[in-house]
Amino acid sequence: MNDMAPRLDVARIRQDFPILSTTVRGRPLVFLDSGASAQKPRAVIEAMTRCMETAYANVHRGAYHLSEVATEAYEAARAATARFLGAAAPEEIVFTRNSTEAFNLVAHSFGRAMLKPGQVVLVSEMEHHANLVPWQMLRDAGLGIGLRFIRVTDAGELDMEDYARHLAQGDVGLVSVTHMSNVLGTVTPAARIAAMAHEAGAKVMFDGSQAAVHRSVDVQAIGADFYAFTGHKLYGPTGIGILYGRASLLEAMPPFLGGGDMIETVTLEHSTWAAPPARFEAGTPPIIEAVGLHAAIDYVNAIGLPAIEAHERALVEHASATLARIPGLSLLGTPQDRGGVFAFALDAAHPHDLATFLDRRGICVRAGRHCAEPLHTRFGLDGGTARASFGLYTTEAEIDALAEGLEAAREFFA
Amino acid sequence: MSGPAASFDDLRDLYQEVILDHGRKPRNHFRLEAFDASARGDNPMCGDRVELFIKMDGPRIGQASFLGRGCAISQASASLLTEAVPGLTPDEARALSARLREIAKTGARDDSTPALQRLSALSGVHEFPSRVKCATLAWHALEAALDGTKETSSE
Repeated sequence: MNDMAPRLDVARIRQDFPILSTTVRGRPLVFLDSGASAQKPRAVIEAMTRCMETAYANVHRGAYHLSEVATEAYEAARAATARFLGAAAPEEIVFTRNSTEAFNLVAHSFGRAMLKPGQVVLVSEMEHHANLVPWQMLRDAGLGIGLRFIRVTDAGELDMEDYARHLAQGDVGLVSVTHMSNVLGTVTPAARIAAMAHEAGAKVMFDGSQAAVHRSVDVQAIGADFYAFTGHKLYGPTGIGILYGRASLLEAMPPFLGGGDMIETVTLEHSTWAAPPARFEAGTPPIIEAVGLHAAIDYVNAIGLPAIEAHERALVEHASATLARIPGLSLLGTPQDRGGVFAFALDAAHPHDLATFLDRRGICVRAGRHCAEPLHTRFGLDGGTARASFGLYTTEAEIDALAEGLEAAREFFA
Repeated sequence: MSGPAASFDDLRDLYQEVILDHGRKPRNHFRLEAFDASARGDNPMCGDRVELFIKMDGPRIGQASFLGRGCAISQASASLLTEAVPGLTPDEARALSARLREIAKTGARDDSTPALQRLSALSGVHEFPSRVKCATLAWHALEAALDGTKETSSE
Protein backbone atom coordinates (compact mmCIF):
# COMPACT_ATOMS: atom_id res chain seq x y z
CA MET A 1 0.00 0.00 0.00
CA ASN A 2 1.10 3.54 -0.78
CA ASP A 3 2.58 5.03 2.39
CA MET A 4 1.09 8.39 1.55
CA ALA A 5 -2.42 6.97 1.41
CA PRO A 6 -4.62 7.67 4.42
CA ARG A 7 -4.77 4.72 6.79
CA LEU A 8 -7.82 3.06 8.09
CA ASP A 9 -7.84 1.35 11.47
CA VAL A 10 -9.81 -1.79 10.65
CA ALA A 11 -9.69 -3.21 14.15
CA ARG A 12 -11.25 -0.05 15.54
CA ILE A 13 -13.80 0.15 12.72
CA ARG A 14 -14.91 -3.43 13.33
CA GLN A 15 -15.87 -2.48 16.87
CA ASP A 16 -18.42 -0.07 15.37
CA PHE A 17 -20.35 -3.00 13.85
CA PRO A 18 -22.02 -5.07 16.58
CA ILE A 19 -22.71 -8.02 14.29
CA LEU A 20 -19.04 -8.50 13.46
CA SER A 21 -18.29 -9.69 16.97
CA THR A 22 -20.88 -12.46 16.80
CA THR A 23 -19.91 -16.06 16.10
CA VAL A 24 -21.36 -18.62 13.69
CA ARG A 25 -21.31 -22.16 15.05
CA GLY A 26 -18.49 -21.26 17.38
CA ARG A 27 -16.42 -19.57 14.72
CA PRO A 28 -16.00 -15.84 14.18
CA LEU A 29 -18.28 -14.43 11.51
CA VAL A 30 -16.42 -13.83 8.24
CA PHE A 31 -18.85 -11.69 6.31
CA LEU A 32 -17.87 -11.55 2.65
CA ASP A 33 -21.23 -10.60 1.18
CA SER A 34 -21.23 -6.84 1.62
CA GLY A 35 -21.87 -6.42 -2.10
CA ALA A 36 -25.33 -7.88 -1.54
CA SER A 37 -25.96 -5.84 1.59
CA ALA A 38 -23.54 -4.34 4.06
CA GLN A 39 -23.60 -4.59 7.86
CA LYS A 40 -24.63 -1.62 9.96
CA PRO A 41 -22.50 0.46 12.32
CA ARG A 42 -23.81 1.41 15.74
CA ALA A 43 -24.06 5.04 14.58
CA VAL A 44 -26.75 4.07 12.06
CA ILE A 45 -28.62 1.79 14.44
CA GLU A 46 -28.63 4.46 17.17
CA ALA A 47 -29.63 7.31 14.86
CA MET A 48 -32.68 5.36 13.72
CA THR A 49 -33.62 4.38 17.25
CA ARG A 50 -33.15 7.97 18.44
CA CYS A 51 -35.38 9.20 15.63
CA MET A 52 -38.16 6.84 16.67
CA GLU A 53 -37.71 7.54 20.36
CA THR A 54 -37.46 11.31 20.25
CA ALA A 55 -38.08 12.93 16.90
CA TYR A 56 -40.60 10.95 14.92
CA ALA A 57 -43.74 12.12 13.14
CA ASN A 58 -44.85 12.17 9.52
CA VAL A 59 -43.11 14.75 7.37
CA HIS A 60 -44.34 17.67 5.27
CA ARG A 61 -47.72 17.60 7.01
CA GLY A 62 -48.27 18.57 10.58
CA ALA A 63 -47.87 22.18 11.64
CA TYR A 64 -46.67 20.98 14.98
CA HIS A 65 -43.20 20.89 16.37
CA LEU A 66 -42.52 17.16 16.15
CA SER A 67 -43.47 17.00 12.49
CA GLU A 68 -41.24 19.99 11.81
CA VAL A 69 -38.34 18.26 13.53
CA ALA A 70 -38.90 15.10 11.51
CA THR A 71 -39.22 17.10 8.28
CA GLU A 72 -35.96 18.89 9.03
CA ALA A 73 -34.20 15.58 9.65
CA TYR A 74 -35.60 14.10 6.43
CA GLU A 75 -34.52 17.11 4.37
CA ALA A 76 -31.13 17.19 6.10
CA ALA A 77 -30.62 13.64 4.86
CA ARG A 78 -31.35 14.83 1.33
CA ALA A 79 -28.85 17.65 1.66
CA ALA A 80 -26.20 15.27 3.02
CA THR A 81 -26.82 12.88 0.12
CA ALA A 82 -26.51 15.75 -2.36
CA ARG A 83 -23.14 16.71 -0.87
CA PHE A 84 -22.05 13.05 -0.83
CA LEU A 85 -22.67 12.78 -4.58
CA GLY A 86 -21.49 16.28 -5.49
CA ALA A 87 -24.96 17.24 -6.73
CA ALA A 88 -25.59 20.92 -7.44
CA ALA A 89 -28.60 21.09 -5.11
CA PRO A 90 -30.58 18.91 -2.65
CA GLU A 91 -33.57 19.14 -5.02
CA GLU A 92 -31.66 16.87 -7.40
CA ILE A 93 -31.93 13.99 -4.92
CA VAL A 94 -35.05 11.80 -5.00
CA PHE A 95 -35.50 9.17 -2.31
CA THR A 96 -36.79 5.84 -3.60
CA ARG A 97 -37.07 2.39 -2.05
CA ASN A 98 -33.87 1.10 -3.59
CA SER A 99 -31.76 1.37 -6.76
CA THR A 100 -34.23 -0.85 -8.57
CA GLU A 101 -37.01 1.67 -7.99
CA ALA A 102 -34.74 4.48 -9.19
CA PHE A 103 -34.30 2.67 -12.53
CA ASN A 104 -38.00 1.98 -12.78
CA LEU A 105 -38.70 5.64 -12.06
CA VAL A 106 -36.43 6.82 -14.85
CA ALA A 107 -37.65 4.15 -17.28
CA HIS A 108 -41.27 4.99 -16.60
CA SER A 109 -41.04 8.76 -16.40
CA PHE A 110 -38.09 9.86 -18.54
CA GLY A 111 -38.31 6.79 -20.75
CA ARG A 112 -41.97 7.08 -21.68
CA ALA A 113 -42.24 10.86 -21.80
CA MET A 114 -38.91 12.01 -23.14
CA LEU A 115 -37.51 9.26 -25.33
CA LYS A 116 -38.89 9.31 -28.86
CA PRO A 117 -40.06 6.41 -31.03
CA GLY A 118 -37.07 4.99 -32.85
CA GLN A 119 -34.69 5.90 -30.04
CA VAL A 120 -32.74 3.27 -28.18
CA VAL A 121 -31.68 2.64 -24.60
CA LEU A 122 -28.14 1.31 -24.45
CA VAL A 123 -27.12 -0.89 -21.51
CA SER A 124 -24.22 -3.32 -21.17
CA GLU A 125 -23.93 -7.09 -20.85
CA MET A 126 -22.71 -6.75 -17.28
CA GLU A 127 -25.74 -5.05 -15.81
CA HIS A 128 -27.55 -6.11 -12.67
CA HIS A 129 -31.13 -7.07 -13.53
CA ALA A 130 -32.22 -3.77 -11.90
CA ASN A 131 -30.63 -1.93 -14.82
CA LEU A 132 -31.92 -4.33 -17.45
CA VAL A 133 -35.46 -5.49 -16.77
CA PRO A 134 -37.03 -1.97 -16.51
CA TRP A 135 -35.61 -1.20 -19.96
CA GLN A 136 -36.96 -4.47 -21.38
CA MET A 137 -40.36 -3.45 -20.04
CA LEU A 138 -39.99 -0.01 -21.66
CA ARG A 139 -39.01 -1.62 -24.97
CA ASP A 140 -42.04 -3.90 -24.79
CA ALA A 141 -44.47 -1.07 -23.94
CA GLY A 142 -45.26 -0.46 -27.61
CA LEU A 143 -43.73 3.03 -27.79
CA GLY A 144 -41.19 2.14 -30.45
CA ILE A 145 -38.26 2.45 -28.06
CA GLY A 146 -35.46 -0.04 -28.62
CA LEU A 147 -32.87 -1.69 -26.37
CA ARG A 148 -29.29 -2.59 -27.27
CA PHE A 149 -26.31 -3.96 -25.40
CA ILE A 150 -22.68 -2.91 -25.16
CA ARG A 151 -20.39 -5.92 -25.25
CA VAL A 152 -18.15 -6.87 -22.37
CA THR A 153 -14.58 -7.96 -23.18
CA ASP A 154 -13.11 -11.26 -22.03
CA ALA A 155 -11.29 -9.33 -19.31
CA GLY A 156 -14.66 -8.21 -18.01
CA GLU A 157 -14.43 -4.59 -19.10
CA LEU A 158 -16.82 -2.48 -21.09
CA ASP A 159 -15.91 -2.76 -24.79
CA MET A 160 -15.46 0.94 -25.49
CA GLU A 161 -15.12 0.40 -29.25
CA ASP A 162 -18.42 -1.42 -29.30
CA TYR A 163 -19.88 1.42 -27.24
CA ALA A 164 -18.66 3.97 -29.80
CA ARG A 165 -20.15 1.89 -32.64
CA HIS A 166 -23.57 1.91 -30.95
CA LEU A 167 -23.43 5.66 -30.39
CA ALA A 168 -22.39 6.23 -34.00
CA GLN A 169 -25.72 4.84 -35.14
CA GLY A 170 -27.23 8.11 -33.95
CA ASP A 171 -30.33 6.60 -32.35
CA VAL A 172 -29.25 6.27 -28.72
CA GLY A 173 -31.43 8.36 -26.41
CA LEU A 174 -30.15 7.04 -23.09
CA VAL A 175 -27.05 5.15 -22.00
CA SER A 176 -27.55 3.32 -18.70
CA VAL A 177 -24.55 1.39 -17.40
CA THR A 178 -23.01 0.31 -14.15
CA HIS A 179 -20.31 2.38 -12.49
CA MET A 180 -18.99 -0.80 -10.86
CA SER A 181 -20.03 -4.35 -11.70
CA ASN A 182 -21.51 -6.35 -8.82
CA VAL A 183 -19.98 -9.53 -10.27
CA LEU A 184 -16.73 -8.60 -11.99
CA GLY A 185 -15.81 -5.72 -9.70
CA THR A 186 -15.02 -3.73 -12.84
CA VAL A 187 -15.07 0.03 -12.32
CA THR A 188 -16.16 1.64 -15.57
CA PRO A 189 -14.72 4.92 -16.95
CA ALA A 190 -17.81 6.93 -16.05
CA ALA A 191 -16.63 10.39 -17.13
CA ARG A 192 -15.55 9.07 -20.53
CA ILE A 193 -18.81 7.16 -20.93
CA ALA A 194 -20.79 10.31 -20.12
CA ALA A 195 -18.76 12.53 -22.44
CA MET A 196 -19.19 10.11 -25.34
CA ALA A 197 -22.93 9.81 -24.66
CA HIS A 198 -23.38 13.57 -24.57
CA GLU A 199 -21.40 14.03 -27.75
CA ALA A 200 -23.85 11.63 -29.42
CA GLY A 201 -26.82 13.57 -28.03
CA ALA A 202 -27.75 10.91 -25.47
CA LYS A 203 -28.41 11.21 -21.75
CA VAL A 204 -26.54 8.95 -19.37
CA MET A 205 -27.49 7.11 -16.19
CA PHE A 206 -25.20 5.15 -13.88
CA ASP A 207 -25.89 2.29 -11.52
CA GLY A 208 -23.77 3.34 -8.56
CA SER A 209 -25.06 0.69 -6.17
CA GLN A 210 -21.55 -0.74 -5.80
CA ALA A 211 -19.40 2.23 -6.84
CA ALA A 212 -20.81 4.75 -4.36
CA VAL A 213 -19.71 2.46 -1.54
CA HIS A 214 -16.15 2.02 -2.72
CA ARG A 215 -15.18 5.23 -4.51
CA SER A 216 -15.88 8.90 -4.03
CA VAL A 217 -18.45 9.92 -6.60
CA ASP A 218 -18.93 13.40 -8.04
CA VAL A 219 -21.89 13.36 -10.39
CA GLN A 220 -21.02 16.78 -11.78
CA ALA A 221 -17.41 15.86 -12.48
CA ILE A 222 -18.60 12.64 -14.13
CA GLY A 223 -21.27 14.49 -16.09
CA ALA A 224 -24.03 12.08 -15.07
CA ASP A 225 -27.62 12.95 -15.93
CA PHE A 226 -28.94 10.29 -13.55
CA TYR A 227 -27.14 8.31 -10.86
CA ALA A 228 -28.69 5.64 -8.65
CA PHE A 229 -27.50 3.91 -5.49
CA THR A 230 -28.97 2.32 -2.41
CA GLY A 231 -28.69 2.91 1.32
CA HIS A 232 -28.28 -0.64 2.53
CA LYS A 233 -25.04 -1.28 0.65
CA LEU A 234 -23.58 1.93 2.11
CA TYR A 235 -23.88 0.61 5.70
CA GLY A 236 -27.32 2.24 5.95
CA PRO A 237 -30.78 0.72 6.28
CA THR A 238 -32.82 -1.15 3.71
CA GLY A 239 -35.84 0.58 2.23
CA ILE A 240 -34.14 3.72 0.95
CA GLY A 241 -32.61 4.23 -2.45
CA ILE A 242 -31.27 7.35 -4.07
CA LEU A 243 -31.87 8.78 -7.51
CA TYR A 244 -29.79 11.76 -8.51
CA GLY A 245 -31.28 13.57 -11.50
CA ARG A 246 -30.04 16.74 -13.15
CA ALA A 247 -32.50 19.50 -12.11
CA SER A 248 -33.43 20.46 -15.68
CA LEU A 249 -34.35 16.83 -16.43
CA LEU A 250 -36.32 16.19 -13.24
CA GLU A 251 -38.29 19.39 -13.82
CA ALA A 252 -39.30 18.24 -17.29
CA MET A 253 -40.28 14.71 -16.19
CA PRO A 254 -43.81 13.60 -15.32
CA PRO A 255 -44.46 11.74 -12.04
CA PHE A 256 -43.81 8.03 -11.62
CA LEU A 257 -46.25 7.11 -8.85
CA GLY A 258 -49.31 9.16 -7.89
CA GLY A 259 -50.56 9.94 -4.42
CA GLY A 260 -50.08 12.26 -1.50
CA ASP A 261 -47.07 14.58 -1.21
CA MET A 262 -46.35 14.66 -4.95
CA ILE A 263 -49.17 17.05 -5.88
CA GLU A 264 -49.64 20.79 -5.96
CA THR A 265 -53.44 21.01 -6.24
CA VAL A 266 -56.00 18.24 -6.44
CA THR A 267 -59.61 18.33 -7.56
CA LEU A 268 -61.73 15.24 -7.99
CA GLU A 269 -60.96 15.26 -11.70
CA HIS A 270 -57.39 16.53 -11.95
CA SER A 271 -54.16 17.21 -10.16
CA THR A 272 -51.12 19.30 -10.84
CA TRP A 273 -47.70 18.12 -9.86
CA ALA A 274 -45.40 19.39 -7.20
CA ALA A 275 -41.89 20.44 -8.14
CA PRO A 276 -39.07 17.86 -7.90
CA PRO A 277 -38.07 16.08 -5.78
CA ALA A 278 -41.53 15.94 -4.12
CA ARG A 279 -43.08 15.12 -7.51
CA PHE A 280 -41.32 11.75 -7.38
CA GLU A 281 -41.96 10.93 -3.73
CA ALA A 282 -45.59 9.89 -3.55
CA GLY A 283 -46.91 8.88 -0.16
CA THR A 284 -45.18 8.79 3.20
CA PRO A 285 -41.47 8.51 2.43
CA PRO A 286 -38.85 6.39 4.24
CA ILE A 287 -38.34 8.86 7.08
CA ILE A 288 -36.49 6.70 9.61
CA GLU A 289 -34.48 5.18 6.78
CA ALA A 290 -33.45 8.64 5.58
CA VAL A 291 -32.18 9.41 9.07
CA GLY A 292 -30.26 6.11 8.99
CA LEU A 293 -28.85 6.91 5.56
CA HIS A 294 -27.71 10.31 6.81
CA ALA A 295 -25.92 8.64 9.71
CA ALA A 296 -24.31 6.16 7.30
CA ILE A 297 -23.08 8.95 5.04
CA ASP A 298 -21.68 10.81 8.06
CA TYR A 299 -20.01 7.61 9.20
CA VAL A 300 -18.40 6.97 5.81
CA ASN A 301 -17.36 10.62 5.47
CA ALA A 302 -15.76 10.61 8.92
CA ILE A 303 -13.56 7.68 7.88
CA GLY A 304 -13.10 9.23 4.46
CA LEU A 305 -13.58 7.65 1.07
CA PRO A 306 -9.89 8.08 0.16
CA ALA A 307 -8.97 5.93 3.19
CA ILE A 308 -11.71 3.41 2.37
CA GLU A 309 -10.51 3.28 -1.23
CA ALA A 310 -6.91 2.71 -0.19
CA HIS A 311 -7.94 -0.03 2.24
CA GLU A 312 -9.98 -1.77 -0.44
CA ARG A 313 -7.20 -1.50 -3.01
CA ALA A 314 -4.95 -3.32 -0.57
CA LEU A 315 -7.65 -5.97 -0.03
CA VAL A 316 -8.13 -6.39 -3.80
CA GLU A 317 -4.40 -6.85 -4.26
CA HIS A 318 -4.24 -9.39 -1.45
CA ALA A 319 -7.30 -11.27 -2.69
CA SER A 320 -6.05 -11.33 -6.30
CA ALA A 321 -2.75 -12.85 -5.21
CA THR A 322 -4.30 -15.24 -2.66
CA LEU A 323 -7.08 -16.57 -4.86
CA ALA A 324 -4.72 -16.99 -7.81
CA ARG A 325 -2.75 -19.54 -5.75
CA ILE A 326 -5.73 -21.85 -5.25
CA PRO A 327 -5.63 -24.75 -7.69
CA GLY A 328 -8.77 -25.27 -9.74
CA LEU A 329 -10.12 -21.80 -9.04
CA SER A 330 -11.03 -19.54 -11.93
CA LEU A 331 -11.78 -15.88 -11.41
CA LEU A 332 -14.44 -14.21 -13.47
CA GLY A 333 -12.92 -11.19 -15.17
CA THR A 334 -9.53 -9.55 -14.86
CA PRO A 335 -10.38 -5.85 -15.11
CA GLN A 336 -7.65 -3.24 -14.74
CA ASP A 337 -9.73 -1.11 -12.40
CA ARG A 338 -11.42 -3.39 -9.88
CA GLY A 339 -13.34 -2.82 -6.68
CA GLY A 340 -13.65 -5.33 -3.86
CA VAL A 341 -15.78 -7.93 -5.62
CA PHE A 342 -14.55 -11.35 -6.76
CA ALA A 343 -16.72 -13.92 -8.50
CA PHE A 344 -15.16 -17.33 -9.04
CA ALA A 345 -15.76 -20.94 -9.88
CA LEU A 346 -14.01 -23.90 -8.28
CA ASP A 347 -13.47 -27.08 -10.30
CA ALA A 348 -14.33 -29.49 -7.50
CA ALA A 349 -17.55 -27.95 -6.22
CA HIS A 350 -20.67 -26.26 -7.48
CA PRO A 351 -21.06 -22.70 -6.11
CA HIS A 352 -23.97 -23.73 -3.88
CA ASP A 353 -22.14 -26.64 -2.37
CA LEU A 354 -19.20 -24.31 -1.85
CA ALA A 355 -21.35 -21.66 -0.13
CA THR A 356 -22.87 -24.28 2.18
CA PHE A 357 -19.43 -25.67 2.98
CA LEU A 358 -18.00 -22.21 3.72
CA ASP A 359 -21.06 -21.28 5.77
CA ARG A 360 -20.20 -24.14 8.12
CA ARG A 361 -16.87 -22.38 8.72
CA GLY A 362 -18.63 -19.09 9.47
CA ILE A 363 -17.82 -17.64 6.05
CA CYS A 364 -20.65 -15.91 4.19
CA VAL A 365 -20.30 -15.77 0.41
CA ARG A 366 -23.03 -15.46 -2.15
CA ALA A 367 -23.63 -18.25 -4.67
CA GLY A 368 -25.63 -18.03 -7.85
CA ARG A 369 -25.80 -15.56 -10.65
CA HIS A 370 -25.97 -12.45 -8.50
CA CYS A 371 -28.87 -10.89 -10.40
CA ALA A 372 -26.66 -10.79 -13.50
CA GLU A 373 -27.77 -13.85 -15.43
CA PRO A 374 -26.84 -12.56 -18.92
CA LEU A 375 -23.30 -11.85 -17.74
CA HIS A 376 -22.90 -15.43 -16.50
CA THR A 377 -24.25 -16.69 -19.83
CA ARG A 378 -21.74 -14.39 -21.59
CA PHE A 379 -18.91 -16.16 -19.71
CA GLY A 380 -20.41 -19.64 -20.16
CA LEU A 381 -21.18 -20.01 -16.46
CA ASP A 382 -24.91 -20.68 -16.44
CA GLY A 383 -24.52 -22.60 -13.21
CA GLY A 384 -23.39 -19.41 -11.51
CA THR A 385 -20.39 -18.47 -9.44
CA ALA A 386 -19.50 -17.92 -5.83
CA ARG A 387 -18.82 -14.31 -4.93
CA ALA A 388 -16.82 -12.69 -2.18
CA SER A 389 -17.36 -8.97 -1.75
CA PHE A 390 -15.67 -6.64 0.70
CA GLY A 391 -16.64 -3.73 2.90
CA LEU A 392 -14.62 -1.18 4.81
CA TYR A 393 -14.48 -3.64 7.75
CA THR A 394 -13.04 -6.53 5.72
CA THR A 395 -9.59 -7.76 6.76
CA GLU A 396 -6.82 -9.62 4.97
CA ALA A 397 -7.21 -12.35 7.60
CA GLU A 398 -10.78 -12.88 6.40
CA ILE A 399 -9.55 -13.30 2.85
CA ASP A 400 -7.02 -15.84 4.17
CA ALA A 401 -9.85 -17.66 5.95
CA LEU A 402 -11.75 -17.79 2.66
CA ALA A 403 -8.69 -19.19 0.91
CA GLU A 404 -8.27 -21.89 3.57
CA GLY A 405 -11.95 -22.71 3.27
CA LEU A 406 -11.65 -23.05 -0.49
CA GLU A 407 -8.69 -25.41 -0.17
CA ALA A 408 -10.59 -27.50 2.36
CA ALA A 409 -13.61 -27.58 0.04
CA ARG A 410 -11.43 -28.90 -2.76
CA GLU A 411 -10.37 -31.79 -0.55
CA PHE A 412 -13.89 -32.43 0.74
CA PHE A 413 -15.56 -32.53 -2.66
CA ALA A 414 -12.67 -34.06 -4.65
CA MET B 1 -22.18 -27.44 21.68
CA SER B 2 -21.70 -26.38 18.08
CA GLY B 3 -17.96 -26.07 17.66
CA PRO B 4 -16.03 -26.67 14.46
CA ALA B 5 -16.31 -30.42 14.94
CA ALA B 6 -20.09 -30.24 15.08
CA SER B 7 -20.22 -28.17 11.91
CA PHE B 8 -18.09 -30.77 10.17
CA ASP B 9 -20.56 -33.49 11.25
CA ASP B 10 -23.35 -31.38 9.77
CA LEU B 11 -21.55 -31.33 6.46
CA ARG B 12 -20.99 -35.09 6.54
CA ASP B 13 -24.72 -35.53 7.23
CA LEU B 14 -25.54 -33.38 4.24
CA TYR B 15 -22.89 -34.73 1.91
CA GLN B 16 -23.11 -38.41 2.73
CA GLU B 17 -20.89 -40.63 0.62
CA VAL B 18 -23.84 -41.77 -1.50
CA ILE B 19 -24.67 -38.11 -2.31
CA LEU B 20 -21.10 -37.23 -3.21
CA ASP B 21 -20.86 -40.40 -5.29
CA HIS B 22 -24.08 -39.76 -7.22
CA GLY B 23 -23.17 -36.08 -7.52
CA ARG B 24 -19.82 -36.91 -9.10
CA LYS B 25 -21.05 -39.83 -11.20
CA PRO B 26 -24.74 -39.39 -11.85
CA ARG B 27 -26.51 -42.60 -12.96
CA ASN B 28 -28.83 -42.66 -15.98
CA HIS B 29 -27.48 -39.31 -17.05
CA PHE B 30 -28.64 -39.24 -20.66
CA ARG B 31 -31.70 -38.51 -22.71
CA LEU B 32 -33.88 -41.58 -23.36
CA GLU B 33 -34.24 -42.13 -27.09
CA ALA B 34 -37.93 -42.88 -26.74
CA PHE B 35 -39.85 -41.71 -23.72
CA ASP B 36 -43.50 -41.40 -22.73
CA ALA B 37 -43.22 -38.49 -20.33
CA SER B 38 -40.72 -35.77 -19.56
CA ALA B 39 -40.57 -32.50 -17.66
CA ARG B 40 -38.00 -29.90 -16.80
CA GLY B 41 -37.46 -28.57 -13.31
CA ASP B 42 -35.80 -25.19 -12.91
CA ASN B 43 -34.60 -23.45 -9.85
CA PRO B 44 -34.66 -19.84 -10.99
CA MET B 45 -32.79 -18.52 -7.97
CA CYS B 46 -29.70 -20.64 -8.43
CA GLY B 47 -29.88 -21.96 -11.99
CA ASP B 48 -30.15 -25.63 -11.06
CA ARG B 49 -31.89 -27.60 -13.77
CA VAL B 50 -33.12 -31.17 -14.14
CA GLU B 51 -34.80 -32.58 -17.22
CA LEU B 52 -36.39 -35.94 -16.56
CA PHE B 53 -37.39 -38.65 -19.05
CA ILE B 54 -39.77 -41.50 -18.23
CA LYS B 55 -40.46 -44.59 -20.34
CA MET B 56 -43.45 -46.68 -19.33
CA ASP B 57 -43.60 -50.47 -19.39
CA GLY B 58 -47.30 -51.28 -19.33
CA PRO B 59 -48.82 -49.70 -16.23
CA ARG B 60 -45.41 -49.29 -14.58
CA ILE B 61 -42.42 -47.01 -15.07
CA GLY B 62 -39.92 -48.98 -17.12
CA GLN B 63 -36.97 -46.63 -17.22
CA ALA B 64 -36.04 -43.14 -16.05
CA SER B 65 -33.16 -40.89 -17.05
CA PHE B 66 -32.20 -37.26 -16.67
CA LEU B 67 -30.06 -34.44 -17.93
CA GLY B 68 -29.18 -31.50 -15.77
CA ARG B 69 -26.73 -29.19 -14.18
CA GLY B 70 -26.43 -27.87 -10.71
CA CYS B 71 -25.14 -28.59 -7.24
CA ALA B 72 -24.21 -32.01 -5.89
CA ILE B 73 -27.50 -32.28 -3.99
CA SER B 74 -29.79 -31.58 -6.94
CA GLN B 75 -27.89 -33.87 -9.30
CA ALA B 76 -27.50 -36.69 -6.77
CA SER B 77 -31.19 -36.51 -5.96
CA ALA B 78 -32.07 -36.79 -9.66
CA SER B 79 -29.67 -39.69 -10.06
CA LEU B 80 -31.15 -41.52 -7.06
CA LEU B 81 -34.62 -40.88 -8.45
CA THR B 82 -33.84 -42.57 -11.75
CA GLU B 83 -32.79 -45.67 -9.80
CA ALA B 84 -35.77 -45.58 -7.46
CA VAL B 85 -38.79 -45.23 -9.71
CA PRO B 86 -38.49 -48.04 -12.31
CA GLY B 87 -41.04 -50.75 -11.45
CA LEU B 88 -43.42 -48.32 -9.73
CA THR B 89 -46.85 -47.31 -10.99
CA PRO B 90 -47.32 -43.55 -11.39
CA ASP B 91 -49.31 -43.48 -8.16
CA GLU B 92 -46.59 -45.35 -6.28
CA ALA B 93 -44.02 -42.94 -7.71
CA ARG B 94 -46.06 -39.97 -6.53
CA ALA B 95 -46.30 -41.50 -3.07
CA LEU B 96 -42.53 -42.04 -3.02
CA SER B 97 -42.05 -38.43 -4.08
CA ALA B 98 -44.26 -37.25 -1.22
CA ARG B 99 -42.22 -39.35 1.23
CA LEU B 100 -38.95 -37.97 -0.14
CA ARG B 101 -40.15 -34.41 0.31
CA GLU B 102 -41.14 -35.22 3.86
CA ILE B 103 -37.71 -36.71 4.56
CA ALA B 104 -35.97 -33.63 3.11
CA LYS B 105 -38.13 -31.26 5.09
CA THR B 106 -38.09 -32.98 8.48
CA GLY B 107 -34.82 -34.87 8.40
CA ALA B 108 -36.59 -38.01 9.65
CA ARG B 109 -35.10 -41.04 7.94
CA ASP B 110 -37.45 -43.70 6.61
CA ASP B 111 -35.93 -47.18 6.61
CA SER B 112 -39.20 -49.03 5.92
CA THR B 113 -38.18 -50.06 2.39
CA PRO B 114 -34.76 -50.40 0.73
CA ALA B 115 -35.66 -47.58 -1.70
CA LEU B 116 -36.58 -45.20 1.10
CA GLN B 117 -33.54 -46.23 3.08
CA ARG B 118 -31.39 -45.22 0.15
CA LEU B 119 -33.26 -41.94 -0.39
CA SER B 120 -32.91 -41.16 3.28
CA ALA B 121 -29.36 -40.13 2.43
CA LEU B 122 -31.03 -36.85 1.49
CA SER B 123 -32.34 -36.33 5.02
CA GLY B 124 -29.35 -34.15 5.89
CA VAL B 125 -30.70 -31.21 3.87
CA HIS B 126 -33.32 -30.39 6.51
CA GLU B 127 -30.55 -28.68 8.49
CA PHE B 128 -29.99 -26.38 5.51
CA PRO B 129 -33.33 -24.73 4.68
CA SER B 130 -31.98 -23.02 1.58
CA ARG B 131 -30.90 -26.39 0.17
CA VAL B 132 -34.15 -28.35 0.59
CA LYS B 133 -35.30 -27.19 -2.82
CA CYS B 134 -32.13 -28.64 -4.35
CA ALA B 135 -33.10 -32.08 -3.05
CA THR B 136 -36.72 -31.83 -4.20
CA LEU B 137 -36.17 -30.33 -7.68
CA ALA B 138 -36.03 -33.65 -9.55
CA TRP B 139 -39.08 -34.93 -7.66
CA HIS B 140 -41.08 -31.87 -8.67
CA ALA B 141 -40.06 -32.68 -12.25
CA LEU B 142 -41.16 -36.30 -11.74
CA GLU B 143 -44.61 -35.25 -10.60
CA ALA B 144 -44.89 -32.75 -13.44
CA ALA B 145 -43.89 -35.43 -15.96
CA LEU B 146 -46.46 -37.87 -14.56
CA ASP B 147 -49.10 -35.12 -14.62
CA GLY B 148 -48.22 -34.20 -18.19
CA THR B 149 -46.91 -30.75 -17.22
CA LYS B 150 -43.76 -29.77 -19.08
CA GLU B 151 -42.08 -27.34 -16.73
CA THR B 152 -41.91 -26.87 -13.02
CA SER B 153 -39.89 -25.15 -10.39
CA SER B 154 -39.12 -25.98 -6.81
CA GLU B 155 -39.41 -22.35 -5.73
